[in-house]
Amino acid sequence: MNDEAGLRAPRKAVEIKGVSKVFGTYQALKPVSFDIYDNEFFTLLGPSGCGKTTLLRMIAGFEQPTTGQIFLHGSNIQGLPPHKRRVNTVFQSYALFPHMSVEQNIGFGLENLGWSKDRRDARVADMLRLVHMEAFAGRKPQQLSGGQRQRVALARALAPEPEVLLLDEPLSALDLKLRQAMRDELRILQRKTGITFVFVTHDQEEALDLSDRICVLGDGEIQQLGTPAAIYEEPSNRFVADFIGETNFLDAEVIAVNGEQATVTTQLGMTLTASHKKAVAGQKAFMSIRPEKISLPAQANPIAVDGTIMGTNYLGGYTYYLVETGGTTLRISKRNSVSRGQMFEIGQSVKVGFAAESVRILGA
Amino acid sequence: MKPSARKPNWNVLGLLPAHLIMVLTLIIPIGIIIVVSFSTRGPYGGFEYVFTTAPYKQLLFNEGWTGELEFNPQYLIVVARTLVLSAVTTSICLLLSFPVAYFIALRRPTIKVLLIYLVTLPFWVSMIVRVYSWIIILGKDGVIEKTLRGVGLVDNMGSLLFGNTAMLVGLVYSYIPLMILPIFASIEKLDPALIEASHDLYGNRLITLRRVILPLTRPGMIAGAILVFVPSLGAVLEPTLLGGGKTMMMGNLIQLQFGGARNWPLGAAIAIVLMAAVMIFLVFQGLRSMRIEGLERAS
Ligand SMILES: Nc1ncnc2c1ncn2[C@@H]1O[C@H](COP(=O)(O)OP(=O)(O)OP(=O)(O)O)[C@@H](O)[C@H]1O
Ligand SMILES: [Mg+2]
Repeated sequence: MNDEAGLRAPRKAVEIKGVSKVFGTYQALKPVSFDIYDNEFFTLLGPSGCGKTTLLRMIAGFEQPTTGQIFLHGSNIQGLPPHKRRVNTVFQSYALFPHMSVEQNIGFGLENLGWSKDRRDARVADMLRLVHMEAFAGRKPQQLSGGQRQRVALARALAPEPEVLLLDEPLSALDLKLRQAMRDELRILQRKTGITFVFVTHDQEEALDLSDRICVLGDGEIQQLGTPAAIYEEPSNRFVADFIGETNFLDAEVIAVNGEQATVTTQLGMTLTASHKKAVAGQKAFMSIRPEKISLPAQANPIAVDGTIMGTNYLGGYTYYLVETGGTTLRISKRNSVSRGQMFEIGQSVKVGFAAESVRILGA
Repeated sequence: MKPSARKPNWNVLGLLPAHLIMVLTLIIPIGIIIVVSFSTRGPYGGFEYVFTTAPYKQLLFNEGWTGELEFNPQYLIVVARTLVLSAVTTSICLLLSFPVAYFIALRRPTIKVLLIYLVTLPFWVSMIVRVYSWIIILGKDGVIEKTLRGVGLVDNMGSLLFGNTAMLVGLVYSYIPLMILPIFASIEKLDPALIEASHDLYGNRLITLRRVILPLTRPGMIAGAILVFVPSLGAVLEPTLLGGGKTMMMGNLIQLQFGGARNWPLGAAIAIVLMAAVMIFLVFQGLRSMRIEGLERAS
């Protein structure tokens, strides 16, 4: 394709074309199609059992697609065994070779690719430096902590400079603090190496934090694919709105649909016009609003309702309030930026408000 | 002094029954065998408590009429044959067992249980019957000869029975389950993700076998080697039934001395030599695996 206005179309690293997987009689993955671009941090996000690992294993070559094809930088890799695909995997359990030292683990792939000893040693040293493990070169995996093993697994998979790096929930075995630290390191590693990362997780926060783009999988199919902001702000269905972040769902009746906007009557009594997806006039729909987008107390908000505080959850940085209003309970989060004196009491009557722009209407 | 040192050491007392059993069933009998091996042969079998090293000398030398010693390799050949046959048995078992164990380990759980049961099935049948059946298979007019003749491959074949080959077949057949089981266990324990990791890192099947699967299943192979080699050294039934009484191994040589030959001291001396061989083998294996572990820890 020709470049337009100096903009170069990003090169496709992986193309998934109508790929599905059936185990026996069980459809683990319905046919899906999407592209992953070069130098991208791409995340497959979804609840347990939705087929994330299956998809990743098909890219790596450990499973064969039941239908469809996978292209790696333009060439069809159908039927190519794993050791002939320029793709490396960071396994969830790390899968470090217990009988080899850290150095030998990292050098294993290079050796199989036929690199000379000098070149190999230099590369292993670079990798050790990259993941800050120089001091542990001679250790066996059993002599390392979980976080250190993680780094070795990353170094081992990155050493052969794969066209794509696959990571299957690499952080799930680490404790919370380490997980946070490793997230930053992963992002930095991806930037430094410029290698395309395909990252699998069921942790939506991790996905939002790390990804350039997220593919939300559910029930064996793609629910939505887009940037973290698009997925959070403009979920395309109830599943995505529910799975990514937190939200309040309210019943609504669609009065009219006008292009991107839908007018609905909500459970709270008022009528409002907001962005929508798949709303059909005259039918039922859901209205979704995020807890942090509701003001408590209502400021100069165009939409305001009366309510009663039913519960509070103090979480340090912010507090969750449960406010009963119009026959439903809204979950509202409020930053604890001011002193604790400002907090609301249970039973207190309050006015809460929000803007129609913060609302998303989703067809039932 | 540590406070615990003042307490009576109950561990020793608690283990007393175990120690007693060890002494009664292991130390004392071995002591008796050692005493017998240094005793004089009785005129009508049995032995007399007269100290002599003659049985050990007899292993290597014949005593001439005038008392001069004359080298006699007869027993040494039996010892050598025993060692060689046991080593070859162990090697063949190792080569055959690995693919079998690997095949079983990759089956579905129900089939796996069934196959493992089949591997252990021969143990439910008397050893004598099992070894005897090989006489029917290998013997003159046996299954193999008849088949080959029927197909027209051979006209007149000598008996396959009564020789080193027949004994080897019997030994491999008898002890191969003891090799399959520990290797199967170590393959079972192998994390499949490690094999996938090897393929992922550009290792083909051969590299994966050599660099990942074999090193990680070595403990099972060592255990299997010990389990096959040690009883092979002491095998009695296979050489007796399949060796035809002429080609002997240490096991039936000992039996002969205590039985037909009525030379208890010589039988005891051979038994001691056999035991020493086993112990040297085990110590050697132990040192080797300790050195391997030490190397792994040091590196
Ligand atoms: N080898 C297999 N044989 C049969 N069914 C399988 C096999 N592998 C996966 N499945 C099924 O396919 C579905 C998808 O599995 P997959 O491992 O891809 O899920 P996942 O999204 O990675 O889940 P998790 O987050 O729990 O890892 C599951 O229902 C699983 O039971
Ligand atoms: Mg998974």
